[in-house]
Amino acid sequence: MSEFKRKSTDGEIEISQPDFTGMVTLRADLANSETIINIERIIGLKLPEKRKLIGDLSHGMAWMSPDELLVFCADPAAMAAQLNAGLSGAFLVADVSHARAVFLLQGDGVREVLAKGAPVDLSPEVFLPDDFRRTRMGQVAVAFWMSGQSPDSFGLICFASVQEFMFDWLVTASKKGSLPHYL
Amino acid sequence: MLLLTCPYCGVTAEETEFHGGGEAHIKRFAGGSDDAEFTGYLFEKKNPRGVVFERWRHVYGCGKWFHAARCSATLEIFGTYSAQTVKPSEAVISVIQARRPDWQVKP
Repeated sequence: MSEFKRKSTDGEIEISQPDFTGMVTLRADLANSETIINIERIIGLKLPEKRKLIGDLSHGMAWMSPDELLVFCADPAAMAAQLNAGLSGAFLVADVSHARAVFLLQGDGVREVLAKGAPVDLSPEVFLPDDFRRTRMGQVAVAFWMSGQSPDSFGLICFASVQEFMFDWLVTASKKGSLPHYL
Repeated sequence: MLLLTCPYCGVTAEETEFHGGGEAHIKRFAGGSDDAEFTGYLFEKKNPRGVVFERWRHVYGCGKWFHAARCSATLEIFGTYSAQTVKPSEAVISVIQARRPDWQVKP
């Protein structure tokens, strides 16, 4: 479990880290119909479409690449055991909960804060609910997604080793009065 | 600034999300080859003015390697295609021929 729980509420957006998010990396051939059936049965959700997130941080799946999913769950050890037992063929399951950091970003300027650091079109007509995008934020590899519930609510994950830098970066990018109010 | 489309995840992004991997479709000479062949494989890269085929990796995205065809003079991108091939796809060759009628496929 990550011991650094950060929170910032004095900028244009609210930045916080959830207490704990179970994350399991699953690498397998996501074009194989038997693999798809097994994953959907074990996790209890439909396989996400390309560059989409399905569910949420307590129970969800994100599309990482044509052969990789990130599974969000409450108990990553149990989830990894279930996947290891229930899948067949070539696959890899790894509990990465301690290797990744999650940030929750809330506020109507969140698109502009992210757009400062990522080469991504974050306009509301292009970046849609449940879109999940792996990219960079400044010089840090991240993935972020837009919540299906609210257009002002985003999540972001990065490697745990750079979470302090990521937090400082987000705080700086969301300083009061620093947004162009363009998006 | 190059705008590349990753053929695996479909993302179109500028080149800072990618990483160039050098000349594409070269034959690897390793164990069993002589020094001249290995030197040629390792160092003697083509660097033409005009149509080039390159390897790129979507390093900040899905992480996959792919191929890109572009013009080294104008930076125009003709297309990107799968890494699981030893020669450019027919689709990208027809795009290049339409855009550069003088260009010939070299063996």
